[in-house]
Amino acid sequence: MQLESMYQEIILDHYRHPHHKGLREPFDAEVHHVNPTCGDEITLRVKLEGNKVVDISYDSAGCSISQASASVLSDLVIGREVGAGLAAHQEFVALMQSKGQGEPDEDVLEDAVAFAGVSKYPARVKCALLSWMAWKDATAQALGAPASLDDATIPEGSSQ
Amino acid sequence: MSEAALHDALEGFDVEAVRKDFPILQRTVRGGVPLVYLDSANTSQKPQQVLDVLTDFYEQHNANIHRATHALGEEATEAYEDARSKVAAFVGAGSTDEIVFTKNSSEALNLVANVLAWGARGLKAGDEVVITEMEHHSNIVPWQLLCERTGATLRWFGVTDDGRLDLSNIDEVINPRTKVVSLAHVSNVLGTVNPVAQIAVRAHEFGALVAVDGSQSVPQLPVDVRALGVDFYAFTGHKMCGPTGIGVLWGRRDLLDELPPFLGGGEMIEIVTMQKSTYASLPHKYEAGTPPIAEAVALGAAVDYLSAIGMPAIAAHEQAITAYALERLNAVDGLRILGPAEPVDRGGAISFTLADVHPHDVAQILDGRGVAVRAGHHCGRPIHQRFGVSASTRASFYLYTTPAEIDALIDALDEAKGFFG
Repeated sequence: MQLESMYQEIILDHYRHPHHKGLREPFDAEVHHVNPTCGDEITLRVKLEGNKVVDISYDSAGCSISQASASVLSDLVIGREVGAGLAAHQEFVALMQSKGQGEPDEDVLEDAVAFAGVSKYPARVKCALLSWMAWKDATAQALGAPASLDDATIPEGSSQ
Repeated sequence: MSEAALHDALEGFDVEAVRKDFPILQRTVRGGVPLVYLDSANTSQKPQQVLDVLTDFYEQHNANIHRATHALGEEATEAYEDARSKVAAFVGAGSTDEIVFTKNSSEALNLVANVLAWGARGLKAGDEVVITEMEHHSNIVPWQLLCERTGATLRWFGVTDDGRLDLSNIDEVINPRTKVVSLAHVSNVLGTVNPVAQIAVRAHEFGALVAVDGSQSVPQLPVDVRALGVDFYAFTGHKMCGPTGIGVLWGRRDLLDELPPFLGGGEMIEIVTMQKSTYASLPHKYEAGTPPIAEAVALGAAVDYLSAIGMPAIAAHEQAITAYALERLNAVDGLRILGPAEPVDRGGAISFTLADVHPHDVAQILDGRGVAVRAGHHCGRPIHQRFGVSASTRASFYLYTTPAEIDALIDALDEAKGFFG
């Protein structure tokens, strides 16, 4: 079945057993993002030390794709430099916009390469991006200088 | 419902013949599986008869209406006004002057809410507007905007656990301060058929106006707007075998005459000076600018199509299919129906949740099997909140839906449970 290209076992594993879920202290910034078409929601917190992402915690409700994406994101970004996280963000957004044609860099995205199949289903791309957008927003707020993230700005239309 | 009873209910309604009229129902999706289209409450499919009229209009009769003095202009105007006559007869309007073409139900409801913001009937602080918790966003937001603009207060009827309007406090909710009551005839989420006539009687005791969102009722039930005793009735073409971009507002003639215009522009005027203007007579007063002409003409063809089959027969088929679907869905372990579980005063839209599987995931698995449903809040977030969920999956039926398609839905739901279980 074609669907298995989207619902990779790795995605279903993260969905059934999400990592880093549950809101934690301390944190520098907290954001709440929603997907207005389906009601999926995420509250996400970021804790930075200098330029390092020391924690991401979240509480969320939504479909398997949005839940697994938040889990994979936190695995990937916690413990890394903000710049490396933003690079992963950019690579992930590009993958989601690839309409199934993307060749993801596994060194950068690790488990997140499993979402390649999602990019063939336009209605689900926003599910996969929900937590990534929330993370970028929270990180910008934690840094107190949103403009510093402009180089990672998402093209119009991909975030709604 | 037993198979024999289902057969009896469907007898005399040749659904296979109906299906042959809809070219899209012959196609396959997702790598070759047959399309099972269960999303008609979202938009209906279109029969060849309607598509032919749309094409023929552009190929043979296209011109602007009410202003061209040439042959095509006459033909286009006649086709457009014929469509208005057909629509008027279809819903029991008192005259064609009471049928205003809009772009959809949302625009029709916004029209009513806007013209009640000023003029002799303009709302003010202290006045009340009544809606219900089961409304589509298009029958909530226009009234919120009206209340924000005028200082009026928005009130609403709640919904019972079994998906009916809670009218236990009707004496309090509709009162001397009530100026307008607006509600859905049939809920797009719960499927509930609301007691519109009964509520209209109550509202009229206090001189309040009654507007009805008929988006889900006109496609599937015989509707007589005057027998319902309401003041305004909105519906949309694309859910009743017509094209997108064309909707209808029926309004009582004396009210439409009295109320101020909505949009200003060409067509809706009588005399324009640089200082002020006078307005055209009904219905043109409410049709500013070039309207969706071909779409209106094709809506007329959709009305012809539905009338030839007969709305009572279409309603009976809808009822039988809905009863069969309810029976089969009620038997699915872990499935919870939002709305009436019995096929009584109930239309052909069934929203449900399936255990802990998110509606997006349910719909995706169904889509893999060619079964098209809607997942999300279906433009009814408040009613989902009322039932403690953020989203649901909705299957909805129409005159071309077969029992075999319901069976395909049930099989696909089993697969979804297995996949995410």
